[in-house]
Amino acid sequence: MTIIRISDDALARACGADEVAAAFAKAGATVERTSSWGMQWLEPLVEVDGKGFGPATVDDVAAILDGTSDKGIGVIAQHPFIASQQRLTFARAGKSRPLSLEDYEQHDGWVGLKRARQIGSEQIIAELLHSGLRGRGGAGFPAAIKWKTVAGAVADQKYIVCNADEGDSGTFADRMMMEGDPFALIEGMAIAGEAVGATKGYIYIRSEYPDAIDKLRKAVNLCAHIIAPFECEIRAGAGAYVCGEETSLLNSLEGKRGEVRAKPPLPALQGLFGKPTVVNNVLTLCAVHHILAEGGAEHYQSLGIDRSKGTMPIQLAGNIKYGGLYETAFGITLNELVYDIGGGTASGRPVKGVQVGGPLGAYIHPDQFEVPFDYEAYTGLDALIGHAGITVFDDTADMGAMARFAMEFCAVESCGKCTPCRIGSTRGVELIDRIRAGGRVLEGVELAPQMHNMPKKGRSQEDEIKLLEDLCETMKFGSLCALGGFTPYPVMSALKNWPEDFRGK
Amino acid sequence: MSREQRLSEIITDHQGREGPLLPILHDVQEEFGCVDEEAERAIALALNLSRADVHGVVSFYHDFHTKADSRPVVQICRAESCKARGVEALMEGAVKAAGERVKLADVYCLGLCSSGPNARVGDKLHARLDGAALNKLIENA
Ligand SMILES: Cc1cc2nc3c(=O)[nH]c(=O)nc-3n(C[C@H](O)[C@H](O)[C@H](O)COP(=O)(O)O)c2cc1C
Ligand code: SF4
Ligand code: FES
Repeated sequence: MTIIRISDDALARACGADEVAAAFAKAGATVERTSSWGMQWLEPLVEVDGKGFGPATVDDVAAILDGTSDKGIGVIAQHPFIASQQRLTFARAGKSRPLSLEDYEQHDGWVGLKRARQIGSEQIIAELLHSGLRGRGGAGFPAAIKWKTVAGAVADQKYIVCNADEGDSGTFADRMMMEGDPFALIEGMAIAGEAVGATKGYIYIRSEYPDAIDKLRKAVNLCAHIIAPFECEIRAGAGAYVCGEETSLLNSLEGKRGEVRAKPPLPALQGLFGKPTVVNNVLTLCAVHHILAEGGAEHYQSLGIDRSKGTMPIQLAGNIKYGGLYETAFGITLNELVYDIGGGTASGRPVKGVQVGGPLGAYIHPDQFEVPFDYEAYTGLDALIGHAGITVFDDTADMGAMARFAMEFCAVESCGKCTPCRIGSTRGVELIDRIRAGGRVLEGVELAPQMHNMPKKGRSQEDEIKLLEDLCETMKFGSLCALGGFTPYPVMSALKNWPEDFRGK
Repeated sequence: MSREQRLSEIITDHQGREGPLLPILHDVQEEFGCVDEEAERAIALALNLSRADVHGVVSFYHDFHTKADSRPVVQICRAESCKARGVEALMEGAVKAAGERVKLADVYCLGLCSSGPNARVGDKLHARLDGAALNKLIENA
């Protein structure tokens, strides 16, 4: 009987994968639900004997079964989008059934954990250090240093906390990992537990990811006996972007308002419930099982450039023709990613710019597309890699409106702890509105003769732009965390690269 | 089962866990459509917190509401990637389709960013929406 493989990833399902799978079953085929290959423009992608057909609808079922479908893309693993990648973290993507322990073991599952248990804490951390792995959640902090700090702390209880809050627009690698390969994340956490001496782990997943929450709850139950004595528990977020910031996340786990904590104390020393805590992103923890396999660390550090080692699961999103998950070594350029791999815009219009790193990341102009994908190179451009989401915009995008949205988003999501962020963001929205309206005229009480100290005229557009720059400086240097501190990046980069979108109209 | 009984059942379900408040609030919101003053009081009493503490948490998170809304909810992603794919142009039609009957809520990213505009109804996600598909989704909500 024909075996049909269709992903049960949330994106595939949102594009109708369940209906297509049901239609195949009804036609008498055996259907296996697998993880997604990450070629999202082809979802639902149907795999028959290694060959792919997509995007498939219920109407394609008969033709795919009798071999007359015109939606074939050939052998999936040889498709240029897949064949040109270097998948380590996503090695199993498309190949295994997410909740099958049997599949997981067949594809090198638990190898890293077994070896970690043999070599012990010190050696685990040494290998992690050698691999050069940096945190994939945004800040790029060396993972081994964090683990070492927690390992060295003395306490009756330590925790491993996985940051699965993935709030950045344009990112979905954490989601795909959790839905497609949940055991890999749990294995990474168990290895972290082994390294630092923690027996309890929490995975904090944003509530916008119901499929991931469901999969991980099941996965944790299925493998409890393998990771024991380590225990893992799933907690759902409650719709606050700022809870992706690690200390806010810890407060949220403790049942408090998700307000950011001042550092020090470092979470590594006083984290969850005041205990030493490793907080790592999903992708950081999922890179670990490869690194801990025999020779993995050496392989990992041989990839990438400068201080950005290994591979990064890059997410191609927004107005892009071939969007999806593209894991490759650091050093690749935006020209390659956007044009060669992504095929340009989905609309077929010219690319206006891209935003890298989510709502706190800069808007990058095509003139800068040769910059290599590298933490330090992006910092040099006043940009950030963040969680490596790339959102493409075509020439119809209004960058003044996007800058306004950046401020608006900051106002909606601010935790409220510090003034530049809490109030500055609202003032920023008003300022951008006034800039776009041409400046500020005096009105109401300001015109009364008693108001001697008022300027005699309103403010010109230029004056307002200076004020916006000033506000951005204040937010950048006066905010406690990167929500208030980095919102100026998208705003200022939009203003710098596309001033006409602020002044015209 | 009475409301109070159900409430105390939810609280007891989670009380033994570390950091029980958010799991409790999630279940209460799910069960009653809101976390109202009465629920806040009961939770505060059980967890040995002040009602202000509990209210502070309820009001912090976008997922919790102090008043129930019986209308069906359609969440539309308004974040950058969906904007890049044209969600804003669909909003006027969506608001019209929703009228008074359906509640439209903004959400910032559903993790389907290559395939927007996207929306969520209950736990079901919808991708690659155009105006007609979104309006139909709203009408059937
Ligand atoms: C506003 C804000 C939101 C953040 N959101 C996330 C997130 O969704 N996921 C994440 O892993 N890190 C996020 N971070 C970064 C975390 O604070 C932290 O650096 C990270 O979880 C550490 O893990 P890593 O070293 O493995 O990257 C955010 C930071 C800020 C300031
Ligand atoms: S910058 Fe904003 S989100 Fe961050 S701590 Fe300050 S108020 Fe909170
Ligand atoms: S931006 Fe809309 S789903 Fe991510």
